[in-house]
Amino acid sequence: MPGVALSLVGILLAAAAIAIPTSGTRMARPLVYGICLATTLCLMTVAATALIGKSATPSSLALPAGLPQLGAHFRIDALSAFFLFVVNLGAAAASLFAIGYGRHEETPERVLPFYPAYLAGMKLVVLADDAFVFLVAWEFMSLTSWALVIANHKESDNLRAGYIYLLMASFGTLALLLAFGLLAGAEGNYTFAVIRSAPPSAGIAALILILAIIGTGSKAGLVPLHAWLPLAHPAAPSHVSALMSGVMTKVAVYGFIRIVFEMLGPPGWWWSVVVLVCGGATATMGVLYALMQRDLKRVLAYSTIENIGIIFSALGLSLAFKSEGLASIAALALTAGLFHIFNHSLFKSLLFFGSGAVLNATGERDMEKLGGLIHSMPQTAFVFLVGCMAISALPPLNGFVSEWLAFQAILLSPQLPLWSLKLIIPAVGALLALSAALAAACFVRAFGITFLGRARTPAASRAQETDRFSLTAMLILAALCLVAGILPGVFIDLLAATVQFLVGGRMPPQTGIEWLSIIPIAEGRSSYNGLLVFLFMIISGTLAAIAIHRLASDKVRRGPAWDCGYPDPSPLTQYSAASFGQPIRRVFGTIVFRAQEVGEMPPPASTAPARLTVKLSDLIWDTFYAPISGGITFAAEQLNRLQFLTIRRYLTLVFAALVFLLLVLAIWQ
Amino acid sequence: MAVIGHFALQGVQMMLVLLLAPLLTGFVRKMKARLLRRQGPPLFQPYRDLIRLMRKEVVLAENASWLFRFTPYFVFATTWIAASLVPTFQSGLLFSWSADLIALIALLGSARFFLALAGLDVGTSFGGIGSSREVMIASLAEPAMLMIVFTLALIVGSTQLSTMSAFMNSPAVGLRVSLGLGLIALVIVAIAENARIPVDNPATHLELTMVHEAMVLEYSGRHLALIELSAYLKLLLYVSLIACLFAPWGISATTVEPKTFVIGLAAYAVKLAAMSTFLAMFETAVAKMRVFRVPEFLGAALMMGLLATLLRFVSGSF
Repeated sequence: MPGVALSLVGILLAAAAIAIPTSGTRMARPLVYGICLATTLCLMTVAATALIGKSATPSSLALPAGLPQLGAHFRIDALSAFFLFVVNLGAAAASLFAIGYGRHEETPERVLPFYPAYLAGMKLVVLADDAFVFLVAWEFMSLTSWALVIANHKESDNLRAGYIYLLMASFGTLALLLAFGLLAGAEGNYTFAVIRSAPPSAGIAALILILAIIGTGSKAGLVPLHAWLPLAHPAAPSHVSALMSGVMTKVAVYGFIRIVFEMLGPPGWWWSVVVLVCGGATATMGVLYALMQRDLKRVLAYSTIENIGIIFSALGLSLAFKSEGLASIAALALTAGLFHIFNHSLFKSLLFFGSGAVLNATGERDMEKLGGLIHSMPQTAFVFLVGCMAISALPPLNGFVSEWLAFQAILLSPQLPLWSLKLIIPAVGALLALSAALAAACFVRAFGITFLGRARTPAASRAQETDRFSLTAMLILAALCLVAGILPGVFIDLLAATVQFLVGGRMPPQTGIEWLSIIPIAEGRSSYNGLLVFLFMIISGTLAAIAIHRLASDKVRRGPAWDCGYPDPSPLTQYSAASFGQPIRRVFGTIVFRAQEVGEMPPPASTAPARLTVKLSDLIWDTFYAPISGGITFAAEQLNRLQFLTIRRYLTLVFAALVFLLLVLAIWQ
Repeated sequence: MAVIGHFALQGVQMMLVLLLAPLLTGFVRKMKARLLRRQGPPLFQPYRDLIRLMRKEVVLAENASWLFRFTPYFVFATTWIAASLVPTFQSGLLFSWSADLIALIALLGSARFFLALAGLDVGTSFGGIGSSREVMIASLAEPAMLMIVFTLALIVGSTQLSTMSAFMNSPAVGLRVSLGLGLIALVIVAIAENARIPVDNPATHLELTMVHEAMVLEYSGRHLALIELSAYLKLLLYVSLIACLFAPWGISATTVEPKTFVIGLAAYAVKLAAMSTFLAMFETAVAKMRVFRVPEFLGAALMMGLLATLLRFVSGSF
């Protein structure tokens, strides 16, 4: 099985190689993306058979490559099969989307070679079965995505985004390198099989946990390691943004699960506390940031941070139950987390595709310059709306189901005996509830300002519907969002093998339950039936429509907008993204962003315009990043003096250094 | 045979909430008028309003999209489903398990999502102001509501409304601090969700403080009728919810007997009358808040919900 997967990855790398000389030609784009689409579909099938079939037992493969004594090890087990499926589903959709979307690419030679290589990198991370291959693939994935982030390098913002991304990615890899070093121990056994069989002692495990959270969290976007994400994800071409947000963050979560759930042995009681606090804070901060942005793609990037927070909260809950030996509830929480991983990869890819379609049609990412696109791009608007509903956790779509499962797990947590958890879990529950409600507000804003109302600029009013490939990709994802929402039991059962593998328990089988509802624990306790809710909605809505049209009136007259009698013809009088977010900024922003509003009213009889200035400060950037960057700049300036010394002073310096080192050596012995 | 009976009972419940909802609003209006020593509109005025509106043609704004025309039906459908899932005179109805209390809140959230979008659709400043304030209020009311649900679910051990109602009717409940906090928080949330005084004023137009009415300002004819009906249904839903959780007397569990049926209906009518009288008195006694005082009001509900949940986590006896 890993052999098949590896050869498919090889095809992707070959596609990258082909793309280098041919990327200038017209056929290159459909060819490269076509190969990517076919390969990822095959890999998806491989992953699905590993997940469903009898071959759920791990199958591994060792190749005589890589480090001399080590070789290169690959493995497909239930965990990697699930992530391989998610990665390839997202990658297949992105490739299909890109066949149409890539037509507008100005510099295809900067995208086409790196795209298949990036896909290959993500797949190799998931397939890796030793630390060397894992880290090399991880770094390969980072570098290729970095190249894609700066594909449009003429915008200086993109270069800065790429620079910060590169720094953070290297920092994360450094943390992972140390984590694997500690895991491998003094003997230096870097294969996962050996690491798995000899879990580290409690103290070392604690250190590894922190390093793993830093290493994978910086890639996934955990607060406060998220700073690069909202810069880099939107800078890339939209199909790559979708992959980075929808898929690569999941690869990072895979790394976290692989290390923490599998290699570290039985979890300590406080691990879950750390993960839960990170998760809850990330969810709330992410969505609050998202509400303040006016760049559509940046809204989506911040919302990714929020969803990563939800996923980590669910994982933290699962760790808490696992450490207490409550396998079946740990399985519930983990199922919620994994299901949300799957769901988020669907709707976040869909939303980034939608924003890419808007970008192509109007040349704008700034919501304040869009509006009214539902008239000119009806199909894109529809699928984008489905994505917005799904990500806002609204029934009957899929986002709701995973959040519902997470809430059900929270409601079972008073069984945990630990006091710290008794206080933290309700708080995390409240934060999750808050971020779900704020996410709905965020996506009302994102959809409403972009697609509804009247066009705010000529560019927005000239928009045209996007191409068929892009639409098909988006429609497939939207349909999957609906299917996963109304038949969640099927997906929960598909996750059972992975959950069993990680926590040694599973949720009760769901597909056999009558009416296809889902029952996490017992029917008297809680149940949800997406299918029935969906059918009820359709039936009662249709009944109402028919009854009213038949019995009462079905006349429609078009007229100018009413607006209480004072309609203003200028589209600038509409609510803008900033004004829509203003009430929420007033409620939450004074604390989180230290928001300050200064209104300047001109004196009476003056014709000067009134002004409202809003100051927002990014607390996390100011407290964590600004001091570090300032310190480095300061040190560099101090060291800069060393460049302008006379030869005598240089010689003195060299001599002093020699004496110092000799002294150190003498004292050491 | 039994299945048909259950189906019939579910149908009765659905029609009951639909037909009773305008009456409840009419009753509240009448009570408010009487408290102000006015004659007030007739009790059945809301029905007449609905029929009148349905017969009128729809005047659509020129740039209204399909979403604007779709929203009334969607909002009505989701609110109606949600309202008919709350036990009124009988619990354990045929489809009551298809959505628990969390799902019910999320259903109302779906309705609000579309209503807020419809407010933005025409591109007027009034619609925008309504939508942005509605989502601000919801961003506090929804987590507060979820915290209340958590509290109740931790006491009962279930998020299923029928189970909850049956448990609250049993002697196992007792007097609890968390229940008291939950009740106060639920009342606050109900007031905010239904756009009542002091959060919003359902009786005004053309006022800068209006929220719900500003959002639906562009609606007319049958669309407006459906939106109004949904608002009536939502009021009935919250009143029934408070009744079935905190005054569950008379709600029969699963048996279908004429006697329990009549008792259940009579008890439900009494509860509705009592609570709407209370609502009318409350609305007459307090003044409308400034819109940016509302977050403090709702924040109090959120904190009470969180406190109650924390108490439940700390000890089972609270």
